[in-house]
Amino acid sequence: MNFKTKLGLGILAFFTLIAVIGSWIAPYDPSAMSDDLLSPPSGSHWFGTTMTGQDIFSQVLVGTRGVMVVGLVCGVLATLLSILVGVTSGFLGGAADEALSMLANVFLVIPALPLIIIVASMLPSADTVLIAAVISLTAWAWGARVLRAQTMSLRRRDFVEAARASGESTWRIIVFEVLPNLMAVIASGFVGTVIFAVMLQITLSFVGVISLSTWNWGTILFWAQSNQALGLGAWWWFVPAGLCIALLGTALALINFGIDEYANPRLRKVRA
Amino acid sequence: MTFLLRRAVFYLVTLWAAITANFLLPRLLPGDPVQAMITKLGGRLNSDAMASLYILFGLDDNKSIWQQYVDYWGSLLQGDLGLSFTFFPTPVADVLSQSLPWTLGLVGVTTVIAFVLGTLLGVYAGWKRGSWMDNLIPMTTFLSSIPYFWLGLIAISLFSVTWPLFPASGGYAPGLVPEFSGEFIGSVLEHAVLPGITIVISSVAGWILGMRNMMVTVTAEDYVLVARAKGLTQKRIMFAYAARNAVLPSISGFALSLGFIVGGALLVEMVFSYPGLGYVLFQGIGAKDYPLMQGVFLVITLAVLVANLLADIGYLLLDPRTRREG
Amino acid sequence: MNTVPDFEAALEAKGLVKTYKRVRAVQDVSIVLRRGRVTALVGESGSGKSTVAKLLARLVEPTSGEILLDGEKVRRVREYRRKVQMVFQDPFASLNPVHTIRYHLTRPLKIHKRSETVEELLERVNLPADFAGRYPHELSGGQRQRVAIARALAAHPEVLLADEPVSMLDVSIRLGVLNLLLDLKERLKLAVLYITHDIASARYFADETFVMYGGQIVEGGDSETVTQRPAHPYTQLLIESAPDPERSVMALDAPPEEVTQVSTGCQFAPRCPKVQSRCWTEAPPRTDVDSYGHWAACWLYVEAAA
Repeated sequence: MNFKTKLGLGILAFFTLIAVIGSWIAPYDPSAMSDDLLSPPSGSHWFGTTMTGQDIFSQVLVGTRGVMVVGLVCGVLATLLSILVGVTSGFLGGAADEALSMLANVFLVIPALPLIIIVASMLPSADTVLIAAVISLTAWAWGARVLRAQTMSLRRRDFVEAARASGESTWRIIVFEVLPNLMAVIASGFVGTVIFAVMLQITLSFVGVISLSTWNWGTILFWAQSNQALGLGAWWWFVPAGLCIALLGTALALINFGIDEYANPRLRKVRA
Repeated sequence: MTFLLRRAVFYLVTLWAAITANFLLPRLLPGDPVQAMITKLGGRLNSDAMASLYILFGLDDNKSIWQQYVDYWGSLLQGDLGLSFTFFPTPVADVLSQSLPWTLGLVGVTTVIAFVLGTLLGVYAGWKRGSWMDNLIPMTTFLSSIPYFWLGLIAISLFSVTWPLFPASGGYAPGLVPEFSGEFIGSVLEHAVLPGITIVISSVAGWILGMRNMMVTVTAEDYVLVARAKGLTQKRIMFAYAARNAVLPSISGFALSLGFIVGGALLVEMVFSYPGLGYVLFQGIGAKDYPLMQGVFLVITLAVLVANLLADIGYLLLDPRTRREG
Repeated sequence: MNTVPDFEAALEAKGLVKTYKRVRAVQDVSIVLRRGRVTALVGESGSGKSTVAKLLARLVEPTSGEILLDGEKVRRVREYRRKVQMVFQDPFASLNPVHTIRYHLTRPLKIHKRSETVEELLERVNLPADFAGRYPHELSGGQRQRVAIARALAAHPEVLLADEPVSMLDVSIRLGVLNLLLDLKERLKLAVLYITHDIASARYFADETFVMYGGQIVEGGDSETVTQRPAHPYTQLLIESAPDPERSVMALDAPPEEVTQVSTGCQFAPRCPKVQSRCWTEAPPRTDVDSYGHWAACWLYVEAAA
């Protein structure tokens, strides 16, 4: 494992930890107002305060959980969907494959953001889990496409034929012969989906279609934007949350590079 | 031509799926938001406008779902997308036709710039693998992990508030009348600088990385080795042998990720209050203006499909295999 | 070789045809595999010999024709596979890289409810018992092919289909693997189908030899006769082109892919040095060449017999 991958895993572990303990170690109630209105970062408020005196550091800490939960739930759901669709269509071929891969391509090409915005704003109560489910429905297609291609190349390998010849059933061949060979692709698809889901959730919070009652990094940015933080010069209101997003995204991308390099030896760094 | 024909069929299916989703969503999801809107607007809606909203949002329960679907298509084909609540009483179609050129201009130009720039940088980074160019990777990864809208906020904070170099919002200076004059065009360009740079920076990283990895893979192929053995110049091998083949997946990737990129670009428009579809969508969200939001969705889908078709033609020109198939 | 002992037929294929889109990969192939005998199927790449193996393994469904196992049609595929097993050409591809040797051997034992242990199977193919814990990439090509044979034996088959079992192996270890197959045939009374492009190895290894060209079997008989006194012009060319520095070679110039498919006549007509006009239009029937069960599908012998 190279340095980049380790760095990615380290950052991910850090945010996972914050997601678990964030609400306990937060120095203030993230929604509680105080008299320190719009104060820049200081000893008592590390990331400064909002226009109503809320502690931004606490908001970031508490908001981490929502981000990570949506990322994880979407990652799992969408990956399962992509395996189901991608491996089935790649392995079966024929008309089933035509139909399933067209379905995946339709989901890929349709611009997801405006569609999800419409769905999210039509839902009477857009809570975290529901949003995660909606995001998963749009996030599986890329993974399915990649898995289909990989499965198609595996299907023709002799070891699959050999397993059939020795009497294995079709589902056992898919689960025990084909799937283990797809692990790297699945892992990288999972990580990619988590990135996509986190970004989408934050975006939806930022544009204000997700319920603002629970904190996440996007909600912080929503309040910053709607209170003209930019015009007021309150950079501390939107910089920390954005940096956290970028850090988490980078960490996941680095992990994905690690997986790619593991699966595709040609990408490994040439050593001089 | 079978390749283009297949793609065209696929785009028609996609368009049908998008329109059908638009038809089904307000009928399947709980709640009756449009009904609430109509009640609020009370007598200000004339009977024609009422009728079209009923058709678009399925408020008329007396009709069968099939009849509703047929009526819905009928309305769409006449260009009737209903009335916008936000810009009441302007029809949605009129709102969209005013904002579409702005989005096409901004997103179209910046996406092409990002693709060309990213591909060139990726070709170079892949060719010079193992050199200082590798440092580009963590940096571009970081840039691509930043949400578009947040980069936009930072850009405004730095270049409009701290150092007021460029305007922070709008598509042209207030007070100017849209016309074909030097002053107006200059103002448009000035207003496009920050959102444009934001979109390019956010989207360029993906192209760099994708192209670099393909270059690394392609460079190890035998035909590149043969080209080297023949003693061709580095530049010729890099472009005519390696990049020519590496760019093909990049183009098909371009087509598929366009929907994603456009989504990001819409956010940039929201942040910069740029008078395109994104900002219209943003205003629609605030007012729960469903006719407007759905209209934006349809128009964007259509634009993405057309762009995809253009990318397919590009692919066709570059890949002799698809040409022979035709 | 005057008295051919009456070996019991294990697997019998009658009139197998396999058509892929418009290409006829296998045309009217009939073949009998007998217990305790090795039958060689010789042909160049593209002759359809691997498709015959896949048809007999029921990995591919025939377009027409039937396969009888011990004289009966077997409907249930798993029951069929208990008795008919296959060894693939490339031992680097036929073992799943993510599974251990133990997994590869345990599965057929479980599927076919056999009581043997993995170690016993390994011993049978002359591999040490501690190979069970290894992964395919830790083994050499010859060792892998032995594992593949052990996997096939796990089901206690009556028939073993070996599709070019040694062509991907180093020349130095081919003989070892072939001798292992011979030994197993003797001890387990296996009916073995040995598919190869190397007619010389068929003479050494097989009791009976069939020669395939363009999806059809053009000649058959006992191996000694077919290789020493080839009757069909194609077999003659095949034997002549076997490496021999003492002799100049009459080249088979056109590869079969480029030959335009002859729909009605003999498939070999476009390349045949002894081609006659009727070869182009009428397919030659199987004709006995001599009294030892040696036959060829060629008009040359129809004339002689008539």
